[in-house]
Amino acid sequence: MADLKTEFLGISSPNPFWLASAPPTDKAYNVNRAFEAGWGGAVWKTLGEDPPIVNVSGPRYSAIYGNDRRVIGFNNIELITDRPLQTNLDEMRQIKRDWPDRALIASVMLPMNQESWAKYLPMIEDTGVDGFELNFGCPHGMSERGMGAAVGQVPEYIQMATEWAKQAASVPVIVKLTPNVATSVPPAKAAQDGGADAVSLINTINSIMRVNYDTLTMYPTTDGMGTHGGYCGEAVKPIALNMVAEIARNRETRSLPISGIGGISNWRDAVDFIALGASNVQVCTAAMVYGFKIIDDLTDGLSTFLDDKQLTLAQLVGKAVPSVTDWQYLNLNYIEKAVIDQDLCIQCGRCHVVCEDTSHQAITHTVDGERRFEVIDSECVGCNLCVSVCPVDSCISMQQLTAGSDPRTGVAISEEKLNWTAHPNNPMRKTD
Amino acid sequence: MASTDTQPDIRPARLAKDEIDENFSDLHPPLTRSEALIEADRCYFCYDAPCTTACPTGIDIPLFIQKIRSDNITGSAKTILSENIMGGMCARVCPTEVLCEEACVRNTHEEKPVEIGLLQRYATDPIFSDNLQLFERAPASGKKIAVVGGGPAGLSCAHRLAMLGHDVVIFNRDEKPGGLNEYGIAAYKAIDDFAQAEVDYILSIGGIELRNNCALGSEIQFTELLADYDAVFIGIGLAESNDLGIEGEDLDGVINAVEYIAELRQATDKSKLPVGRDIVVIGGGMTAIDVAVQSKRLGADQVHMVYRRGPEQMSASVFEQALAQTSGVTIHHWASPERILGDDHVTGVEFRVDASEDGIRLDADIVFKAIGQKMDGNGLESLATESGRFVIDIHQKTSLDKVWAGGDCVVGGDDLTVSAVQHGKIAAISIDDYLRNS
Repeated sequence: MADLKTEFLGISSPNPFWLASAPPTDKAYNVNRAFEAGWGGAVWKTLGEDPPIVNVSGPRYSAIYGNDRRVIGFNNIELITDRPLQTNLDEMRQIKRDWPDRALIASVMLPMNQESWAKYLPMIEDTGVDGFELNFGCPHGMSERGMGAAVGQVPEYIQMATEWAKQAASVPVIVKLTPNVATSVPPAKAAQDGGADAVSLINTINSIMRVNYDTLTMYPTTDGMGTHGGYCGEAVKPIALNMVAEIARNRETRSLPISGIGGISNWRDAVDFIALGASNVQVCTAAMVYGFKIIDDLTDGLSTFLDDKQLTLAQLVGKAVPSVTDWQYLNLNYIEKAVIDQDLCIQCGRCHVVCEDTSHQAITHTVDGERRFEVIDSECVGCNLCVSVCPVDSCISMQQLTAGSDPRTGVAISEEKLNWTAHPNNPMRKTD
Repeated sequence: MASTDTQPDIRPARLAKDEIDENFSDLHPPLTRSEALIEADRCYFCYDAPCTTACPTGIDIPLFIQKIRSDNITGSAKTILSENIMGGMCARVCPTEVLCEEACVRNTHEEKPVEIGLLQRYATDPIFSDNLQLFERAPASGKKIAVVGGGPAGLSCAHRLAMLGHDVVIFNRDEKPGGLNEYGIAAYKAIDDFAQAEVDYILSIGGIELRNNCALGSEIQFTELLADYDAVFIGIGLAESNDLGIEGEDLDGVINAVEYIAELRQATDKSKLPVGRDIVVIGGGMTAIDVAVQSKRLGADQVHMVYRRGPEQMSASVFEQALAQTSGVTIHHWASPERILGDDHVTGVEFRVDASEDGIRLDADIVFKAIGQKMDGNGLESLATESGRFVIDIHQKTSLDKVWAGGDCVVGGDDLTVSAVQHGKIAAISIDDYLRNS
C-alpha cells in the first residue's frame, strides 16, 4: 500500500486528510473521536477574542437533497467557537499531547488591529499547535463585523493581517481564502506577499437554500427571519477545483503550497484536488453527513489508487495542472464525435431527446423502423451532452476523428494545431 | 385424503378468523412517501417511453413519476386518470410484469424495473380518499347515451362522455356497479371496497345515471335503447362460463370459479365461507389462479390447479403462477380432464396426461371450472359477431349505426381492466365525434 504520510509545511501527518475548521473540530471530544477513527489532522474550530461569540439556538444547518435524501449541498450559519478561549486552549494542549503524530492547526479570526494578533497568537501557539490557519473566509455573521470574508475579499487586508500573523507566530501560517470573489489569484497573491506559508481554499459560498413552501418565508429561519449562510458539500467541489487550479497554474502563485477544501466526500475527490495542485486536503461536510468513519474509504481508496498508478503521493501533487489552460489556447482543429455502444444501450432515448431539443439534432430515434439511437456524424459537434446524460456508464463515448474530413463541416482533418489566438475568424489574431 | 366412501369435507372457518383476515389483506401494500420518492428517482424519464407504449391506455408514465418526484401528487394523479379513469384499480390489478414494467429500460440495465404499479397507486390513492374532483364537464350537449354494462368498459365510456358534455344512463345487470372489478378480482388485490370507491369517484363528475339490476333482454330491450338514445355503448363482458363437456360435470360440488370468486368478494366475513379440503381447479388463466390461491388462503388443505397445456401457454402471468405456487397451490401441466367422479357429490377428477400412458387421479371435495367465459348476446343478435364476440372497428364502432362496444365482449377483448377502460375511452371519443359532426 502506498504510504500516505504527508509533510505539509514541515507539519507531518499520517495521511493528507485533515478535518477542516468547523463544527467537527469544536471540542476535544470530537477531535479525539476523529483521531481514533484515523484522521491525519484537524484544524481546530476558529478561535476568536473573548468574550466568546454567541450562536443562534435555532437551525444552523440545512441541506439540498437528492430524492433518496442523499445530501448534495449543505448550508450553515454557525459562527466561530462560542466557548471561552481558555477552554479551547486547554483542550488543544491536551489533544496535541495525546496525539503527537497528528497535525493540529489553530484556526483564528481576529479584528483588524495588530495588537490583537500580537496578543493572541503566542498564547495559542503555546498549546503546541503545529501551525495557524487565518480564517478570511466565513461569509456569514462574522463578515458583518469586519472579519472572515470581509477581510478575504480585500487583498490589501489579507496581506496586512498575514504580515501581523507572521510577526506574531513562529509556526507556519496558512491563509484560508473565501470563494466569494471573482477570482482566487489576487487574494492568494496577497497572502503570499504577506508572507503566508500556504493558502487553503475554499471556505463556504454565500447561499440561501430555499423558501418554506407553506409560509413563503426563506428556509430555515430563526423566529421567522433568516440570513444567508455558507454553502458547501459535494455541489461546490467544481468551484473549489477551479479556484485551486487557478492558483496552482498562475506564474506568480504557483509555488505557494495549497491545502484543498470543498466538497471532498471520497478518495476520488481528493485525487481531483491533489492532481490540480493541492498538497493535502481538508474535509468537513462529508464527516458531518456520514460521521468520521469515511476516513477509511478516503485513505484506503487513495492508497490503492496510487498503487495502481504507481505514483507516490508527492508525485500526484499538481499532476493535472499542466493540462489546465485558457479557452483561447484550445486546439480548434481537434474533432471528436460521440459513439453509442449499441450493446450497452438500454433504449431510454435521453441522448436523443436532449440533443434534439437542446443541441444539434445529431442522434436518431428510429432506424429502419426500429427504436434505435445512433449518432449522425454530419450533425454531431462533439459537445459531450449525450455522454453527460446517459444513465449507463461507458455506453456513449467520444472518439477522435484522425483522418479524412469532418462529415459536419466537410473540412479535412488537420494534425496541425490551431487555437483562437491564430484563428482566421479572430480579428485580434496574432500574425507572424 | 378424501375417499369415495366419506362425506365431502366442506366447511367454513378452516383457519382462525385472524389468519384468514391476514391472508386477505393487501397483496401489495402501498408505498410510503419515502419509498415512493426513492422508487420515483429510479425512473430515467425516457424519451417516447417504452412503458407508455406498453400501457393499453397510454398513460404518460415518466411524466406522472416525475410529478411524484417533485411532490406534485395531484398533478401526477391527473396525468394518470386523464388517460385511465380506473388508474386506481389498474394500479392494483394490472399484470404490470407483462405490460409497463416489462417494457421498462431498467430491465436491460439491471433486471429490475421501476415499480410503476405501486407508484401509480401512490399517486392515485389520495384522490379517492380525499374525493378530489380533477375533471370538469364540457358545456351540456343535450345528447343522451345509453351504456349497457356497469363494468370497466361501460364506466370508462360513461365518464369520458360525461366529461365531453353528454348525459349518460348506465344499465347494469348486477346489484352493484363495477363488473369484474367488484365481482371478479381476487379479494386481496382490491381491499377496503376500493372498487365501489372508484365507481363513486367516476360517477361524481355528474351527468351519469346508474340503474342497477337492469339486464338487457329482461328489464330493458335493445330496440328501446336504439329508439330512445342518441347512441349506445355495449360493454356486457362475458357473462357465461364455458363447459367442460365431460361426464360428471353436473355433480354437486362442481362450481364455476367466477361464481365462487364473486361470492368470496361479497363476503364481509370470509371465515364464514365454506371451503373444501381437497380442491381441484381446472384452467390456466387468471380466474384459475385467483380461485386456487383464495381457496388455499381460506384454509383448503390440497389445492391442485390443472392445465391442459404448458406454463408458457398459461394466460396467467409468470408473477401470478409464482404467486399460486408460493401460496401452496400445486400446478399440473399438460393434463386434460376426462371424467369427474362421484355419485351425487364430486369425489375426484381423472385426467389424461399428454405423452404419457398414465393419467392422474385427484381427490376433490370441490372442482372449480375456470376454462374461460363466453358472451351472452341475448337481445343483441342484430350486431355482427365473430367467434362469439362483437366485431368492431378501430373506433370501437359495431356493425350497427350509433352502436359502439368494448371490453371483453368484443373481438380482441383480452380480459384486462386496462384494455376495457381504453375501449370505453376510445368509444366515447368516437361517439362524441359522431354526435357533434353528423
